[in-house]
Amino acid sequence: MTAVIIHVKNTFWRGFRDGLPFILVVVPFGTLFGVAATEAGMDILQVMSFSILVIAGAAQFSALTLLIEDAPMIIILLTSLAVNLRMAMYSAALVPHFGKLHTGMKLLISYFLVDQSYALGIREYEEQPEQPVENKVAYFFGVMLIMTPFWYFSTYIGAVLGAAIPDAFSLDFAVPICFIALIAPMLRTIPHIITAVVSVIAALALAWIPYSLGLIIAALLAVMAGAYAELKLGRKK
Amino acid sequence: MIMDPNKIWPIIIGMAIGTFFIRYSFLGLLGDRTLPEWFLRHLRYVGVAVLPGLIAPLILWPAATGGTPDLARIMATIAAVSIGIWKKSVIGAVVLGFGTLYLVQYLNG
Repeated sequence: MTAVIIHVKNTFWRGFRDGLPFILVVVPFGTLFGVAATEAGMDILQVMSFSILVIAGAAQFSALTLLIEDAPMIIILLTSLAVNLRMAMYSAALVPHFGKLHTGMKLLISYFLVDQSYALGIREYEEQPEQPVENKVAYFFGVMLIMTPFWYFSTYIGAVLGAAIPDAFSLDFAVPICFIALIAPMLRTIPHIITAVVSVIAALALAWIPYSLGLIIAALLAVMAGAYAELKLGRKK
Repeated sequence: MIMDPNKIWPIIIGMAIGTFFIRYSFLGLLGDRTLPEWFLRHLRYVGVAVLPGLIAPLILWPAATGGTPDLARIMATIAAVSIGIWKKSVIGAVVLGFGTLYLVQYLNG
């Protein structure tokens, strides 16, 4: 029994260490979200609630952008939640590993299911599929216990800073820059690049459509273009 | 600026619930169900389909300049996209993007 506990502990700390480099990704996004949201007029309670309840940088930036554009609520929710749809794939991929856990644990894991914990977790579980589920859970929480406090705290720092930085620093540009930093690594394959290009062209061409509906149409066109390109080209680099 | 602050809380709560359900979907509700391949093929591109279209107008027609295209912002975008694709570096893209923005703004007076 003691041996098992030590083993679980080791797995936890391995997750913790593997999560460390991602601090460099999480902190700039958290800070910039805090800055951008405060600049846009949110108070600190709203900014922090956003980061704590949603923990999804790209979707938070999407919602913020559309709030600033004064899009209707339903459009803001649809668009921003679409950005998070990828997490349904993560959820499905973790079923073979966590499907048998009790509900409370699955609820907790779901709250912490973000890009980083998924990416590191699934790599770990595919390399060592035979390890007991306790270890898989320990690894997952090891990753998140290093990442989440940095996410909360950097959002807070950003929110405090945002209130103090003068307009001359063009911080409105923090949002596009953050998105670029998020999107660029996603452009791994030719179908991904085609999707992005169609999205940009269609969104600009359809920008005249009211209520930000043009964006939703552009996104649908881009998704179809990407899926079609994959069908024709395969998932080429 | 956010025009209608009354929208903020409903959006935060709506996104918190919606995002949680997406995360919990298969793990807690649907279980070991396989999705059709055509659906997965579309799902893979949703993120890349939404985000570039969302920011393209912000870059080309920024509110800070009243909607006129701004050389500094376009240069900054090119710099950030290049370094982001080339080095896959978040900090690189943010630093070089803002660096270029400030440099071009400074050179333009």
